[in-house]
Amino acid sequence: MSEAKTQEKKYPAPQGNPETQAFWDAAKQGKFMIKRCTACGEAHYFPRSICPFCFSDKTVWEESAGEGEIYTFSLMRKSPTGPYAIGYVKLKEGPAVQTNFVDCDLGALKIGQKVKVVFKPTDGAPLPFFTTA
Amino acid sequence: MTIKGQAYIAGIYEHPTRHAPDKSTAQLHAEVAKGAIEDAGLTIDDVDGYFCAGDAPGGAWPMVDYLGFNTKKLRHIDSTETGGCSYIIHIGHAAEAIAAGKCSIALVTLAGKPRTSVMPPRAAGAEVDFETAYGATTHNAYGMCAMRHMHDYGTTSEQLAWIKVAASHHAQYNPHAMLKDVVTVEDVVNSPMISDPLHRMDCCVVTDGGGALIVTTPEIAKSLKKPLVRLIGHGEAMKGPRGGKDLDLTYSAGVWSGPRAFEEAGVRPSDIKYASIYDSFTITVLMQLEDLGFCKKGEGGKFVSDGNLISGVGKLPFNTDGGGLCSNHPVNRGGMTKILEAVRQLRGEAHPKVQVPNCDLALVHGTGGLLGVRHAASTAVLERV
Repeated sequence: MSEAKTQEKKYPAPQGNPETQAFWDAAKQGKFMIKRCTACGEAHYFPRSICPFCFSDKTVWEESAGEGEIYTFSLMRKSPTGPYAIGYVKLKEGPAVQTNFVDCDLGALKIGQKVKVVFKPTDGAPLPFFTTA
Repeated sequence: MTIKGQAYIAGIYEHPTRHAPDKSTAQLHAEVAKGAIEDAGLTIDDVDGYFCAGDAPGGAWPMVDYLGFNTKKLRHIDSTETGGCSYIIHIGHAAEAIAAGKCSIALVTLAGKPRTSVMPPRAAGAEVDFETAYGATTHNAYGMCAMRHMHDYGTTSEQLAWIKVAASHHAQYNPHAMLKDVVTVEDVVNSPMISDPLHRMDCCVVTDGGGALIVTTPEIAKSLKKPLVRLIGHGEAMKGPRGGKDLDLTYSAGVWSGPRAFEEAGVRPSDIKYASIYDSFTITVLMQLEDLGFCKKGEGGKFVSDGNLISGVGKLPFNTDGGGLCSNHPVNRGGMTKILEAVRQLRGEAHPKVQVPNCDLALVHGTGGLLGVRHAASTAVLERV
């Protein structure tokens, strides 16, 4: 499967909502945002208005470096749209992010591998993915 | 307050079909309801509690109307939906309702047709924009768990394969099993890779069908003709990425539901004579055995090897009907059939080739949702009186 490459897929446009609109607005500028709670200091993803750790409403947007390492992954080989690799990235800032790995050799992915964010277009705001750093 | 010993499972029925192009989903619910009610020696008019989950077309109220309950009598309704373990949660909730006097004869049904009808999409949660595009399916979500478990603990594909091998040894005696052939470790690891590191034979079957059961009071159960099987401990829990902090996909919510059930029952894992363990995939079984305390975390691979889950061979006979891996996983939900085989074992009604001698204490454990994303778990301890 080392020849497995990401095919150009059409991804669904995010619907957005008042709680997360700032994330998608930033994505249009190529920025990958997370939320941080100023009460307990913890960062989280996906973004919530109330901190999922201490339940404070003192959460603020923060731009992530978009860098991290692969926590785990699985290469789905039986898919009508071609093979794709789902996984989780542990960001430098802490939170784990569910994603797909793209624009790299999907047959060579490894736990612990360094990855960075890359945005893919949709009919709406672009979606964050990760590729090997 | 405890539900220990306050509720008995007095009727069970598993639909023999695995492929039902000629039946409706509601009809399958009715057929399994009829089977369980008749197994108990009751009538639909006796039932005063009804439990169903997301597989019931339209939810509880169309089902209550369609099935023809005596609505002057029906006084407790619960449609808790936690995916495949819903029905294990239901028997706990039914026991609570019975202990509180809210109903006395509760019916739980599961049925559906993933092979011969279009399955409704899973309802989206707050995560929708941040996850849907990435295509999490059962296969790759459980694949992610297996990949990390192998990384952290050195678990191998051959060890996972032993779980399927054990299930196939049991399924050969089940005339209704979808897959009746005994398979080897080599067969499993040489079957096509579906989503790394899970092969086709690491996956459960997809079947049409269903099952149902009756939960009732000690007094009513003792007035009926079936061997007495009662619920003595129950636990439920949920787990998810929770903001992505300390993500660890090598354990499930069973680490919380299990101890709750064991504590209530007053028993330990080493006391259990038979275990029905949710087997959507081989990795599901391995992680849950660890989480429930049958072995230490990370030692599941060693525990399942060399036939340790095969009845008459190993220390912990599991899924003696062939489980979801070989027999039946109706509507992609394995919780109901897990309860039914545990009750058969406790009644002494399992196939003679797989019946555990003097089986008086059994465990049922299930998962719902996606182990690699967010899921529920439920554990029940059942005892023959």
